[in-house]
Amino acid sequence: MRALTWHGAGDVRVETMPDPTILNPRDAIIRVTSTAICGSDLHLYDGVIPTVMPGDILGHEFMGIVEETGPVSTLMKGQRVVVPFVIACGSCYFCQKGQYSACDNSNPVENQEISEKLYGHAMSGLFGYSHMTGGYPGGQAEYVRVPFSDVGPIVIPEGIDDDKVLFLSDILPTGWMAAENAKIEPGDTVAVFGCGPVGLFCVESALVMGAETVIAIDHHPHRLELARNLGAKIIDFTETKVADALMEMTGGIGPDAVIDAVGTEAHGFAPDNILEVVKQKAVQGFDRGHALREAIMTVRKGGRVSIPGVYGGYLDKFPLGAMMEKDLEVRTGQTHVQRYSQDLLQRILDDKLDTTFLISHRLPLEQAADGYKNFHDHQNVWTKVVLKP
Amino acid sequence: MASTKSAIAAGIALGAGAMALGLISAARPHRDLPPDDAPGRTAKLGRFGQYEVVGHAVTINKPLHELYAFWRDFDNLAAFMENIEKVQPTGETRAIWTIKAPAGQTVDVETEIVADRQDELIAWRSVEGSDIDTEGRVKFRDAGARGTIVEAIVAYKPPAGAVGKWIAKLFQREPNIQGRQELKRLKMLMETGEIAIARPKDKPPEEQH
Repeated sequence: MRALTWHGAGDVRVETMPDPTILNPRDAIIRVTSTAICGSDLHLYDGVIPTVMPGDILGHEFMGIVEETGPVSTLMKGQRVVVPFVIACGSCYFCQKGQYSACDNSNPVENQEISEKLYGHAMSGLFGYSHMTGGYPGGQAEYVRVPFSDVGPIVIPEGIDDDKVLFLSDILPTGWMAAENAKIEPGDTVAVFGCGPVGLFCVESALVMGAETVIAIDHHPHRLELARNLGAKIIDFTETKVADALMEMTGGIGPDAVIDAVGTEAHGFAPDNILEVVKQKAVQGFDRGHALREAIMTVRKGGRVSIPGVYGGYLDKFPLGAMMEKDLEVRTGQTHVQRYSQDLLQRILDDKLDTTFLISHRLPLEQAADGYKNFHDHQNVWTKVVLKP
Repeated sequence: MASTKSAIAAGIALGAGAMALGLISAARPHRDLPPDDAPGRTAKLGRFGQYEVVGHAVTINKPLHELYAFWRDFDNLAAFMENIEKVQPTGETRAIWTIKAPAGQTVDVETEIVADRQDELIAWRSVEGSDIDTEGRVKFRDAGARGTIVEAIVAYKPPAGAVGKWIAKLFQREPNIQGRQELKRLKMLMETGEIAIARPKDKPPEEQH
């Protein structure tokens, strides 16, 4: 089969790879019909996430047709499914509490050692996202093996376009959970840092959850325009002093909740950022965290900080003092995708949520490498790339 | 001097209890504070003399009796112990463990069960004259809604000579990590019916491309 593989920073290629096979009783093989490049794939592309290896197949946002099933899979050949990027067994303590991304059993034991050393506990398995999260071949391919296929995949009714439901795999539930973590109450003002796909879905979700005002912060004019179209007020950080603006726009109080939808690779040339860039080059695992610092400094006293942005290592100059002295509540985590699948699918079917506005480019899988380059280099207009195998 | 707690921790070397106890007092610095409540295997200074001791606890979301029954059938153990090729029961209480050795070879150790309390504990020990002097114990404890805490401890004393050297090497290849991984595999098998793998097992990742 053809698949997009990683070979180093800035080097991804579409190559011929062995077809996946059923390895465990609960597996299924999916023939991919649509797969997207995620903002977090750009962290892999930039080479800032450790333990990705040459030849690894990337991709964790995908959907397709069930091609083959293991003896214990509950799927049927020919069904159309969206596959959550989090691999979860459904039966461990965490899965049963709905904390699917904390699944104990989906990351192979040998691979668990990496995150166990780094974080004190092992991460769950994820598709196509380094060996720390299992080393599972990803979905930017013609076929994918899906473990625990009786738990994750969401069966899609006939007659619904791929474009409408593909983002149930990751970024829609990620934006939704981030808004949920912001504990929005009626009348609240929510500031969303970053208008990438997750940030935009945070804007959309926060408004659905009843935020009175959502303020979206970015520097790409087109992305800011998309946020404004969703109903957000916008701040262009190249034009405006963000902290001052947030204070003034909230009557001197500060936003009730802030969402860092930027993560490890914040842009801009603030002094703390430049320092982190230097460190990132010297020592792996130092995050740049300007957006998070600013979010914590601007949120009101007693406010909430939600962090869907991806971080992999350590962060210097973390304003822990502000967090403590201002009585902040911080919530973060990999998305418990399976927890939100049915609810969000229903909202899409009821036309209460639209995700198709995000898609800027559709490319054949063969052109995936170009897709990565453009998504990386031209973020203003390349807002989301969907690949068709 | 040795507290009940330490005696229990050390007592895993069941036959060697007295020796282990002696060593505990030797190894412990003189302090007024009684020993803490942590398992002996987490001590900074080894407390088990010549015995290598590996132990881990894992919580498995399955009932006590199911886990006890699975382990009591020694035939099942090779399914999650990577260094064990098979465990062949040879009677009610005896079993022959076939351990993988370098160059595709194996070595056998015969054990007998020395304590067996239903849904609570199974302990075994290598029989007289074995190449490897080893003992093990697994305890099952109800953890309510979380399932069952399974605590397995294995102690062994490698023999002298060439065989001893490679056995030691085999066991000491990060024995703690190996032990932990085995219990995680057991957990996967019991909770999900399978052991997670990302790629076909017979080939290392680099050969698959």
